[in-house]
Amino acid sequence: MKYWNPTFECMSRDEMRNVQSERLVDTVKRIYHNVPFYRDKMQKKGLEPGDIKGIEDLSKLPFTNKQDLRDTYPYGMFAVPMREVVRIHASSGTTGRKTVVGYTRRDLDTWAEIMARTLTCAQADNHSFIQIAFGYGLFTGGFGVHYGAERIGASVIPISGGNTKRQVQIMKDFGTTVIACTPSYALYLAETMEEMGIDKSELQLKTGVFGAEPWTAKVRNEIEARLGIEAFDIYGLSEVIGPGVAAECSHKSGLHIQEDHFIPEIINPQTEEVLPMGEKGELVFSCITKEGLPLLRYRTHDISTLNDDPCACGRTTVRMNKVTGRTDDMLIIRGVNVFPSQVESVLLEFGEAAPHYKMIVDRVDNLDRLEIRIEMTQAMFSDEVKRIEDLERKMKKEIESVLGINAKVKLVEPKSIERTDGKAQRVIDKRTLE
Amino acid sequence: MLIEQISVFLENKSGRLADVAKILEDQKINIRALTIADTTDFGILRLIVDQPKKAEKILLESGFTVRTTDVIAVEISDEPGGIVIPLKILQEANVDIEYMYAFASKSNDKAFVILKVGDYERVIEALIRQNIKILNSQEVYQTEPGH
Repeated sequence: MKYWNPTFECMSRDEMRNVQSERLVDTVKRIYHNVPFYRDKMQKKGLEPGDIKGIEDLSKLPFTNKQDLRDTYPYGMFAVPMREVVRIHASSGTTGRKTVVGYTRRDLDTWAEIMARTLTCAQADNHSFIQIAFGYGLFTGGFGVHYGAERIGASVIPISGGNTKRQVQIMKDFGTTVIACTPSYALYLAETMEEMGIDKSELQLKTGVFGAEPWTAKVRNEIEARLGIEAFDIYGLSEVIGPGVAAECSHKSGLHIQEDHFIPEIINPQTEEVLPMGEKGELVFSCITKEGLPLLRYRTHDISTLNDDPCACGRTTVRMNKVTGRTDDMLIIRGVNVFPSQVESVLLEFGEAAPHYKMIVDRVDNLDRLEIRIEMTQAMFSDEVKRIEDLERKMKKEIESVLGINAKVKLVEPKSIERTDGKAQRVIDKRTLE
Repeated sequence: MLIEQISVFLENKSGRLADVAKILEDQKINIRALTIADTTDFGILRLIVDQPKKAEKILLESGFTVRTTDVIAVEISDEPGGIVIPLKILQEANVDIEYMYAFASKSNDKAFVILKVGDYERVIEALIRQNIKILNSQEVYQTEPGH
């Protein structure tokens, strides 16, 4: 099957604008009446729902930030009563406060629909065996792909993340044809296969959908060569819906945004001014069909460009280019969002002031590694090795529990972390993304 | 009866011990004894010097993490089995030793053992009862060759 839903995926630009306008107007009305937070925001701008007559009025609406979700934690921005919410997911957040997202039955249906389109883009169909190695849980990756895979009638293998040797064995024994995971995990799978002496020719694998972290053309080539598959990029974030917001087709010239559900904009992150088509800036999404958490003009902090030229695949939806960076200090490590402020909040528990620290992210054997160097302070020091090692272990444990990923903690001498203008550089990302 | 030991946090990288030694040399501080407890990532340099207060101040000013800890110094005979006697006494008194190190004295046929323990009162009592000499700070800090 070439398209899952050609009515929307191949709609003319004019028709799409009409669909978007109609849905936007309806969403703004719902939000204004059901979410006090948005009503206040709109009133402060002197806006009433009637002022939004179509997509041309989108830029009048206020932006939504991750901080807004934290300020209204956990359910303050939901637009329906909780009895209509049938699912809650969450993404990691700073200082232990997560970003909580809610889905109604119809939202789950929308999610299945856009993931069905995503998987169809990646040439999966009802003959496919889809092994889902994204984590199932509060993280949206596993469930999102799962719904789409079921929707297209594929045979779903919901293995979730981890236990790599078992993943490889099942891939071989069950005849997996499509693998879904993070790109770095795909390379780790390839490596494990080689270690186990299993050749790619022994597998039925044909394609893979990869996302939840930035990756490069070089990594794509490596995945394709080592697993003998065609690799597709998928994009999403839990605040918008999860995976399925945009997906690559076989022409690999950007990711098709499911525009009948999410209106994309590119803005200048400093001035918040909307930039013309093709210019580089921060991606912003407005959800126009969601019921549970319909965020308007949600700032992703992902840097990309948009392209509305028709694609050779026949789809007419706007494409976003691969995300090239972030406008904030968020790191994505093994698919998990990590902020330096999280580390700082833990370190504050070990003294009156947080010691200087530096986070070093690297990719070793295709897996992200995080090392946190912490400068020894007078308060933390002891003449006994055992006490310092206890302290190191305690810090490691608490940092890992806040970040949700493994980290190496290394205590270093005072003033050994270089400072520029008196301010220490908190993050060094050595992963090459050229 | 207690003497002051200076502990310094060092990363396991070349030249750091030499840096400390140079700083002390510049201030004419003499190192009487030195030991390093190390792990794969870091080390704790423990020093007995002739001017511990001055050493602590100058090392702190030079940006090191420094701690002064009370330890005891015990005199033993510089001969085979010299260290056995105090160890046996401590074992019989059932006290835990956090760490220890020894150094030879240049003055005579004696050596010193530096001990960090949890309960100094009990240790000192046990040692004195068995006529083991516990050195005072002047004896440890200022002992000159040939003295």
